[in-house]
Amino acid sequence: MIIDVTGLEFDALNEKLRESDSTVTLKGCLGQRFIASGMKDKTITIEGIPGNALGAYLNGASITVKDNAQDAVGDTMNDGEIIVHGNIGDAAGYAMRGGKIYIKGNAGYRAGIHMKEYKDKVPLMIIGGSAGSFLGEYQAGGIIVVLGLSTDGSLVGNFPCTGMHGGKVFFRGEVSKEAFPKNICLNPATEEDIDLVRNSISEYCDTFGFDKNEILGAKFTVATPDSNNPYKQMYVAN
Amino acid sequence: MALLFYPEFEVIRNENRCIACRVCERQCANEVHSHDSESGLMLSDETKCVNCQRCVSLCPTRALKIVKSDCTFRENANWQNDTIKEVYKQANSGGVLLSSMGNPKPFPVYWDKILINASQVTNPSIDPLREPMETKVFIGKKPSQIERDKDGKLQFNLSPQLELSMPVMFSAMSYGSISYNAHKSLATAARELGILYNTGEGGLHEDFYIYGENTVVQVASGRFGVHEDYLKAGAAVEIKMGQGAKPGIGGHLPGTKIVGDVSRTRMIPEGSDAISPAPHHDIYSIEDLRQLVYSLKEATEYKKPIIVKVAAVHNIAAIASGIARSGADIIAIDGFRGGTGAAPTRIRDNVGIPVELALAAVDKRLRDEGIRNNVSLVVGGSIRSASDVVKAVALGADACYIATAALLALGCHLCRACQTGKCNWGIATQKPELVKRLNPEIGKEHLVNLMNAWRHEIKELMGGMGINSIEALRGNRLMLRGIGLTDKELEILGISHAGE
Repeated sequence: MIIDVTGLEFDALNEKLRESDSTVTLKGCLGQRFIASGMKDKTITIEGIPGNALGAYLNGASITVKDNAQDAVGDTMNDGEIIVHGNIGDAAGYAMRGGKIYIKGNAGYRAGIHMKEYKDKVPLMIIGGSAGSFLGEYQAGGIIVVLGLSTDGSLVGNFPCTGMHGGKVFFRGEVSKEAFPKNICLNPATEEDIDLVRNSISEYCDTFGFDKNEILGAKFTVATPDSNNPYKQMYVAN
Repeated sequence: MALLFYPEFEVIRNENRCIACRVCERQCANEVHSHDSESGLMLSDETKCVNCQRCVSLCPTRALKIVKSDCTFRENANWQNDTIKEVYKQANSGGVLLSSMGNPKPFPVYWDKILINASQVTNPSIDPLREPMETKVFIGKKPSQIERDKDGKLQFNLSPQLELSMPVMFSAMSYGSISYNAHKSLATAARELGILYNTGEGGLHEDFYIYGENTVVQVASGRFGVHEDYLKAGAAVEIKMGQGAKPGIGGHLPGTKIVGDVSRTRMIPEGSDAISPAPHHDIYSIEDLRQLVYSLKEATEYKKPIIVKVAAVHNIAAIASGIARSGADIIAIDGFRGGTGAAPTRIRDNVGIPVELALAAVDKRLRDEGIRNNVSLVVGGSIRSASDVVKAVALGADACYIATAALLALGCHLCRACQTGKCNWGIATQKPELVKRLNPEIGKEHLVNLMNAWRHEIKELMGGMGINSIEALRGNRLMLRGIGLTDKELEILGISHAGE
């Protein structure tokens, strides 16, 4: 089912989407916000550029964007997938607690802030290009992978992983320790680490047509926090 | 090691009355009391006492009392006891001072400097025992004009409203900062009373989804426990931008409290700190706030009012004006005396402004700008009694948030040691042996009693003014007079001085 959303306001768009078939293509999308907010049981393809907060609180729906996406993609998403065949703006995957976001290109500032996980519910974000500054701030769980494909060699901007207290960030290649806070450990990825993301990276490569052997064959660096109680020593009872 | 200072409290045990039954020992999670098997006597370690009065309450022979020690440093009006002790604690530890519950400093409490009117001779007062009095309120966005269709029929396009049987709700206290039994007491009491309680930022325990109609679900910067079902479970969604006890900073629930169901409800691993960043990292402007408001409205299909909660700070009127234009349905303003499970002492005691002044300023600003009906106003931050509620409504509030008063009803003795996680009253703790001390049935009953008592007092105060509907009192500042206030204070409060 194809819905032409040209000129449609976001509330009208979402209303149509809620009533649509389970597989739907949105044509003529141009900046409408909040698309598929909280939705499940839908497979949505978006032609054009969706606005901010695409797939906020997403609860199982699958979204494919053929082009770029803007800010706050997958805000607090719980389940499902968002696949972006371009770049995405700032604050992607804020407080994500499940599901996956695959980005072919670059991510803006503040990607993956405060992602969290519980038992087998582990959110995943794979960024094909580079990530902007403040990647993985306050990260409490989940996995972020930065592949650094088609970039000038840069993987991440300034101040990554500040306040991180759980989860893992994978960088394909090496990153400078100086860029990270003192409490972040940077180690070469072990086989065990790679096992966590191998299938996902393969799936990612299949989705975007990358060579999985080449990508997985490279060396990865893993960032982890040294404690999940980073502020424990900071206080004195009064 | 030498004591940093003499303990703040002394345990006075009347040896003539003490029967060494060891109840005090079993009841004290701080391990103040112990039994000496050789002498058969009870001993006390006062250094551990927080004066929560648990042992005093449960001692069967009334052999115990806790008194403030008169052993103090040399008197000094500038360097007072607490100030000196705080310096010692920091010099000893290098730590940021951490306190619990609301600001205890002697700042002005404006509620206590405002007096309420009553009818005499020229207009009759109303007796609530024999005449109907309406305390029900609806909060949410109100239409600014009446709309009719082409046949002249009224159009009912009302935004979602919350119906409260009285203008009071239980304010946000997260599961994690308080116990399962405390949450259960609040939820069941809210249902029985026809009001709402608030999950706070720690998510909603699966057992309490059934109380959804009486629940405000909160979305804070840490987004703990936030997912579609949670948003849809509540009667309203509250975006927590700030808290009166700690404006401008986030929160850290220590990993020691992230156990069992708390971990599952927050969706973070056991033992991991629950860190709420100071700002929402996707909100740097009113436009960004609007984005979060509308993403929540979309996720809940416009069926739930969205509350934006902010701390009362200096430019609160301008901030509220922005929020009223963000699409939010309700603004909650939390004054600087509001409680907390833990906040840095310096922030709690020095940041923010009294909610009375904030409320008066916001109500006036929104009226002046013609957008008062865009939002309802809910105020909290130390509403202690029915008369505080009546004064708040007359200053312009649609409803009040109470939390400390509710905790007192559950047995809290305001010892202000919530951050230790060893609450002997079973409220601010996750230790199962302590949690079970709070019986949620009795907790509910006490909350219902308290609110029913307040409801009756509100009716009596209204009746005295000749007002039979709380809606008619809202913003009716002519019913208030200030006592001992400066011209500036009266101007901000928008009230006359007593005698005028």
